[in-house]
This record gives sequence, structure tokens and C-alpha cells, in this order.
Amino acid sequence: MPKITYIEASGKEHVVEAPIGQTVMEAAVKHAVPGIDADCGGACACATCHVYVDPEWLSKTGEQNSMEQSMLDFANDVEDNSRLSCQIKVSAELDGLVVRLPKSQH
Amino acid sequence: MSPGEIKRVIIIGAGQAGGETAQRLRQGGFAGDITLIGEEPAPPYQRPPLSKGYLKGDLDMDRLLLRPASVYAEENITLLTSLRAVWIDRANKRVRVEGGRELPYDALVLATGAKPRKLPLVGADLAGVHLFRTAADVDALKPHFVRDAKLVVVGAGYIGLEAAAVARQLGLHVTVIETAVRPLARVTSPEVAGFFLDEHTRQGVQFVLGGQPAVIKGRERVTGVALVDGMEIPADIVIAGIGVTPDVALAEQCGLTVENGIVTDALCQTSDPAIFAIGDCAARPMAHFDGRMARLESVHNAMEGAKIVAAALTGAKPHTVEAPWFWSDQYDLKLQIAGLFQGYDNVVLRGVMADRSFAAFYYKGPKLIAVDAVNRPAEYLGAKMLIQTGRTIPPGELEDETRPMKELVAAAR
Repeated sequence: MPKITYIEASGKEHVVEAPIGQTVMEAAVKHAVPGIDADCGGACACATCHVYVDPEWLSKTGEQNSMEQSMLDFANDVEDNSRLSCQIKVSAELDGLVVRLPKSQH
Repeated sequence: MSPGEIKRVIIIGAGQAGGETAQRLRQGGFAGDITLIGEEPAPPYQRPPLSKGYLKGDLDMDRLLLRPASVYAEENITLLTSLRAVWIDRANKRVRVEGGRELPYDALVLATGAKPRKLPLVGADLAGVHLFRTAADVDALKPHFVRDAKLVVVGAGYIGLEAAAVARQLGLHVTVIETAVRPLARVTSPEVAGFFLDEHTRQGVQFVLGGQPAVIKGRERVTGVALVDGMEIPADIVIAGIGVTPDVALAEQCGLTVENGIVTDALCQTSDPAIFAIGDCAARPMAHFDGRMARLESVHNAMEGAKIVAAALTGAKPHTVEAPWFWSDQYDLKLQIAGLFQGYDNVVLRGVMADRSFAAFYYKGPKLIAVDAVNRPAEYLGAKMLIQTGRTIPPGELEDETRPMKELVAAAR
């Protein structure tokens, strides 16, 4: 299974095995990675699964879709590499992906 | 009782509210016993996808689980599934479960949820007549949810319409019977309801509005639904989507205050300070709506109850309550709702319905109280922020689509 590293705002790292086909959000939530709230469970309704994709992975994670872009417009501390992790599907290509988490999702 | 003295927490109800409470207690550093009691066989799972991706076959049960089943043991949470709590002894702070075992608690959380209403009709127990609440309900329905089957949905609320949308996508013939003269009568305005009626009609759903079902026909399996006016609609499957009633049996048995749901204060505490009630079964005062009591059936409300109670029991900083939010997925439409629209006196549209991308803003006097946003996430999130902070955009400004939502929100007072 692809491994994904989540780095909390404090610097604490969590390495999680993520099943292909699930989302980067789901893998975090199921392993109780703190810092990803994902209140809506991946329905793109809450904007509480915001992550920063490590720049070298941006080409592989793809781009923000339009709904995601609009949601991120209202999130805090948004950067060019911001994504909603519920919109990134895990694939074999993403083995080794590193994402950083914002200080707060609200 | 102060947080430090609480050693044993029992949570009755292992849905999203109960499951989240257990998780958040542990994440918040609670080191005592946590017992989570649920009637269903599965560990806590998300219900919203049941009428969407799960029904359609896009998501399996594993993906609905809030956390993998193994997490409960790892975190030392005693998860008792397929078990009913039958009695609460408040004087001695004990919960009795089926089989007679009694479990002591220092704090008790009632997250008993709601039960779907059965159709009050002859024939409601026939095979092929389905309620829609649990994964088991949907598992029973799915083998019959096949191309060309005839589905009758009774009740045009969100669950009924979501099921209708999935059914059309899978090629079933769908008729929706609604006693009111329009769909979604309880949950949105005539304007937005009209949009969804048109959309479903275009997608091939037949509607019988103002229809009064009289009897479910069939010998062993359902064959149709007869209306009081004599009309009969053939059916291979019937879904009852006529709402839920809060499960307040235990609360009533032990004498807690119950009105429309178990009555709590803003901290989810019931009339017994050792007992909290959260999620679909409980009503609490709404911070952004002048403290009006409301019983919300939503993920937001389940999560928020869990956050409030976990903070109270661990002595953490109190949770900052959010404006209520909801969503519904039908076809390629994402409806996102913030606030509570009841009592509005003015509705303002931004965008046009024909584009399948618009938002309806609800005002009570000068105050923005709710939004229904269809494929309009910025309007949804913007309005949610405004409602949460008690700010308002003058209605006239919303109609000007040349000004982005973000700008309007920034300028709002």
C-alpha cells in the first residue's frame, strides 16, 4: 500500500499506509491523524481537511477542482499548494507523498 | 462533578455522535473507562452516504466506518455492538443492558439517534417495503434496486429524493408520493423546492404531489401503492421516507425532560447533570438563533455534540459552536445549506436556477439566517461565516454577480 506522511503544524510526523482508491483525507482520519477534521466525511461540504502538498508532489496530486477552489477561498492560511485532502485519490503513484497540515481547520 | 472525578463514561448509541464522543474523549486525554453501546452490529459509521454512494454501490461498508474496527481496542474503548441498553438507574448511576448486566457510570452520554417512521398503512410490513436508516436497511434494499424495477418513494424529503436520484441513475422507474403540495416542504423554500422538482422531473421521476397513500398492496411482496383517490401505482419496492422520531425511550424511562427530543442546555447537559444528550435524539438552544431550541438531524449536529461533551468531560477549552450546516447530493447537484431558514421573510437569489448553479439567501428582517447553495460552494461557505459571526450582506448586493462572494463577505457588517 502507498505510504503517506502527514506532518502536523508542530512538526510531528505520521506515516500511514493508505489503500489505493481511498482519499488522502480518509487514510488520515482512519488512523486518527490529528489536524484533519473532515467533519463531512469527504462530501466536500466542510473544508476541514485542508493540507499543503509538498511542492515536489504537486504534479502527481493534480490540481484543485473548481468546487475545491471555491471552498479553499474561505479557508485560513491558504497557499498555492493548498488542497482539500478529500479530493486527492490515493494511487500507486502517490507512494511516499508528503502533506503538511495547517495550524487549525476552523 | 468536576472533570477530574469522572472515571467511567458510558455512551449509549454508537452512531456518528456516540462514536465521535468516544474518539474525542481519548484524543482529549481522558484516561478513564469508555464504554460505547450500540444496537447495530457495525462499529460507528457515517449515515449520509447510505442514500447516496452506498446505495449506488460506489462505497462499501469499510469506507463508511468512522474508524477501523480495530481502533476501539487499540484505544481501550469498550465497544459493545448488537446490544441494547434497556434501563437507566439515575439514583445509582447504572445502565442495564439486555441480558441483565449492569454497568456503572460517572457520566452518561445519550446518543440514541432517531427511528425512521413506519408507514401508518395496511401492508407496511410486506416484503419490499423498506425503511431507510441503517446499513442493514440499505443492504436489504440493494438486491432489488436494479434496472427497470418499479420504485415508489413515499415522502419527498432529502432522503427520499436522494434515493430517487440514485434509482434513476441505476435505471429504475421512480414515482415519488408526497402528501404536501411540494417536495422538501419542511426543509426549504418553495423556490428551491421547485428547482428540485423540475430537476427530478427532467431526470424522469414521476411525482404525485398532494397524494394520500391509503394502502400498500400485495400478498407477500408489495405490488403497488393505492391512494385514497383510487389511483394505484405499481411497485416492486417501496421506500418510506417520511421522517424520523427521536429515540427518547430511555430518557423518558429515567425521567429526563423530553419535549421534541431530550432537552439539554447549550453544553448538551440534560435535566440530570451527570447525563448528556447529543445528536438526533436531543434538542439544544441554538447560539446563532437567539437561543431558540432546535433538534437537528445532521452530521454537523452529531459532531458538534461530541465536541461539546468531550470538552466538558476532559475540562478542555469549550468548543466554539458553528452555524448549522447540511448537504444533499442529487445527480450532479451538490446542495449545501448553512443556517436555519425557518421564519424567513425574504429570499434573495444569486445566480439563476436554469444554470444549475445558484444560491438562495434567507433573511429575517435585515438579518441573514440561512443559505441553500446549489453547486455554489463559495456562497455556502461565505454565508456560513456570516451567520456564525452575526454579519449580513444587504440583499441588493447579492444579486450583483460581478462582485465575488469573497469580496461581499469581507465587506459585510
